[in-house]
Amino acid sequence: MADVTNLRSPAEAGLSKLFEAGRKSFASETAIAREEAFRFFEATGLPSRRVEAFKYTDLRAAIAEAAPPAEAPSLDAAKAAVAGATGFAGIEAARLTFVNGHLVRELSDLDRIPAGVTVVPMSEALAQGDAGLELLAPVVQARENPVYQLNTAFLADGALISVAAGAKPETPVHLRFVGAGDAPFSTATRVLVQLGEGAEFSLLESHEGSNGVTCQPNDALDVVVGPQAVFRHSRLNKEGDAAVALSTLSLKVEREAQVESVNLVTGAVLSRHQIYVHIAGDDTNVVVNGAAMLRSGQLADSTLLADHAAVGGVGREQFKTVIDGDATGVFQGKIIVRQVAQKTDGKMKSDCLLLTDEGQMMNKPELEIFADDVACGHGATCGAPDDDLLFYLMARGLPRPVAESLLVQAFVGETVEAVTHEGARAALIGEIEAWLKARG
Amino acid sequence: MPAVQETIDRVRSIDLDQYKYGFETTIEMEKSEKGISEDVVRFISAKKNEPDWLLQWRLDAYRRWLTMKEPEWARVEYDKVDYNDIYYYAAPKRKGPESLDEIDPEILKTYEKLGIPLREVEVLEGIAPERRVAVDAVFDSVSVATTFKKELEKAGVIFMPISEAVREHPELVKKYLGSVVPVTDNFFATLNSAVFSDGSFVYIPPGVRCPMELSTYFRINERDTGQFERTLIIADKGSYVSYLEGCTAPKRDDNQLHAAVVELVALDDAEIKYSTVQNWYPGDNEGRGGIYNFVTKRGDCRGARSKISWTQVETGSAITWKYPSCILRGDDSRGEFYSIAVSNGMQQVDSGTKMIHLGKNTTSRIISKGISAGRSQNTYRGLVSAHKKAKNARNFTNCDSLLIGDQCGAHTVPYIESKNASAVFEHEATTSKISEDQKFYCQQRGLSEEEATALIVNGFVRDVLQQLPMEFAVEAQKLISISLEGSVG
Repeated sequence: MADVTNLRSPAEAGLSKLFEAGRKSFASETAIAREEAFRFFEATGLPSRRVEAFKYTDLRAAIAEAAPPAEAPSLDAAKAAVAGATGFAGIEAARLTFVNGHLVRELSDLDRIPAGVTVVPMSEALAQGDAGLELLAPVVQARENPVYQLNTAFLADGALISVAAGAKPETPVHLRFVGAGDAPFSTATRVLVQLGEGAEFSLLESHEGSNGVTCQPNDALDVVVGPQAVFRHSRLNKEGDAAVALSTLSLKVEREAQVESVNLVTGAVLSRHQIYVHIAGDDTNVVVNGAAMLRSGQLADSTLLADHAAVGGVGREQFKTVIDGDATGVFQGKIIVRQVAQKTDGKMKSDCLLLTDEGQMMNKPELEIFADDVACGHGATCGAPDDDLLFYLMARGLPRPVAESLLVQAFVGETVEAVTHEGARAALIGEIEAWLKARG
Repeated sequence: MPAVQETIDRVRSIDLDQYKYGFETTIEMEKSEKGISEDVVRFISAKKNEPDWLLQWRLDAYRRWLTMKEPEWARVEYDKVDYNDIYYYAAPKRKGPESLDEIDPEILKTYEKLGIPLREVEVLEGIAPERRVAVDAVFDSVSVATTFKKELEKAGVIFMPISEAVREHPELVKKYLGSVVPVTDNFFATLNSAVFSDGSFVYIPPGVRCPMELSTYFRINERDTGQFERTLIIADKGSYVSYLEGCTAPKRDDNQLHAAVVELVALDDAEIKYSTVQNWYPGDNEGRGGIYNFVTKRGDCRGARSKISWTQVETGSAITWKYPSCILRGDDSRGEFYSIAVSNGMQQVDSGTKMIHLGKNTTSRIISKGISAGRSQNTYRGLVSAHKKAKNARNFTNCDSLLIGDQCGAHTVPYIESKNASAVFEHEATTSKISEDQKFYCQQRGLSEEEATALIVNGFVRDVLQQLPMEFAVEAQKLISISLEGSVG
């Protein structure tokens, strides 16, 4: 039995070169283990179909060439790029604007951060070896993920956000990521949010870019939700149509904390949103929803791992995918219920609507259960819009496209309804409507 | 909700220590040299008096196997097999047998002890005398007896050891062998292709409904041997056959490898029903010994309106790696999979099915119930896929699992791949608990609470058990009253 060794792909070789080149500037830091992260990545390489967790999203094939890390843009270029950004634009929020993965202070509200919240730019935190960095990578399983490790290795900017115990700022913080220029680039940003005991905090996150730009953004959001804290998170992925967008959300949820995270994907030629949830304390309540609306040529992958390691956790994960043209949807979800996690109540569901015969959907909802007193379920469905429902609407005089749009909106809308923040919910519904309108 | 006491007792009663097929038969055996090499492959082929094409087929498989890696994706952990520390061929020394009287009496005794009727007049315990089952008994690497051959011949049914079929019906074997599970399929199937020793061959001619149940009983007896049987069943146009398979092995402290391949071919309008009660020695409570059961089973619904149905009750084996599958190639064809997998002690099960929809209007149904106790791990792994041309494909999957105790694990890994908008797939893994309304209804009619529970539970597992032929009723009886109350998805 011969051992099969993979030759390094040009992209992998390119990443090694880029890491070597960046090493000098990383040398002064000690706060994060870049070397270790990159060694890990080098050992695994860009994951291909042969790697179970990437069975449906072959990054080795999708990333032919490693794009260079983006330089900080000029203020004019940044302003021009931000002018076109519409994600969560109308909402009253303290904005942190990242253009090509670099925080642009002039376009951010660093001086208007709500009371009880402190923000330290990641570049500063790295340079100073901020103590808050110790909380990075709060979920163990994420550290075994090559995409996440690649983010650590190349980490350029981001923010450390901490919300004081008991603080309940009304204004959300908006992480606005925008792409500028038309040359290929890659980014590696990381935002760490830490909620103290009993805090309540809303975070908006939007990712936008121009069509036709080959960019490879890799962003990560690490969140530690303290005891009895409430974390609300709305995310919009509207990257340009040539982007390969990789993202990781790691959530550590402590005693009696509540989490609501909703992600809507309409952009990028390939997107993969990885969610790691570690239920660390008893009696938590976590809602993680995702919706993807895809056109021809797009692939969107939602990969979720919910690890229940405490008693009485309630988990609700709902994912909806709408597929038009020859797009591909991927959902991989896994609920782990450890032996200690008795009375866990976990439900995971992935539904897909195929609008054409060319589209495809890959579902893999997994359960791994080691406790004997739990209620866990998962479901997956896939099919075309219901003919009876279409007929019903058409019989009432609606033309077929309108009827179909209504059905799609109702289908996807369910995931977005979980958003508590009214403005964010309305903005996400607006994105859904815009997608349907563009479809015609 | 935790498992109810009744369930716990019931699972305990089929506990590992009570494995009653663990005895050994002392008999003189002829073996190949230990380990695997081209010479061993040639030796097996020569022993079977095989034509050259089959030898070449085996050698091709062997050479390919050398380049392959053992799969590691399954959720099982075990000490790797040393493939050079196994005898690939072991057969009772006494020649023959031309008739039952010539079989080594020790072997006859063995099958008697196992309750397998090798004499045609005999019948299984608890079964009406008019029900007859034709049996092919495979002892380590060879078939020692096949019953009712003559009577089956009258109906045109061919039922014989595959080694015999190679000589007597080479055209059929050549046409279908490896056509469902190709030589290149996977590590264990390729190994099997190189060294397979015996197994059953069944051909049902067009329009024939096989007059009796066919069955094969596999027995591993010799120490340090692997069993590599190969079963090939062909149901020609419009025919029907029901086939049963049973297996046991002696209790030993070391692990033994069983890597079988089963190929089913159903042509237009044909139906094959394949049932297994797998009861290989599972090892002791500490995980010592037991069979590694690495099996590739696949059915090809090649013809229009054909149907293949797999039913399995899995209680044995230390490690199970088994995914009976259906390729739904013919338009309007149907695949079914019904499974109950019970794991106990240190057993690890990674089992499930694949339903691959290729033809139009194909339908499939998966019902899987996993019960894990002790320190066992029980995984359901299944693939349902619809290809572009599989218009109006439909699948319904339901898998439930139940944990007894807090030292074991139950896992579900479904893959659902849809490449067709008109395909409708539903997968559900429900938490089943008995509804109070149902219980109240039964109690109203004078049943005690326990009786009411048993009644409802029986209705629940019936999905699987009603698919089993009568012959397995005795074994299935033990499982039938297992309540799935408190099961998790």
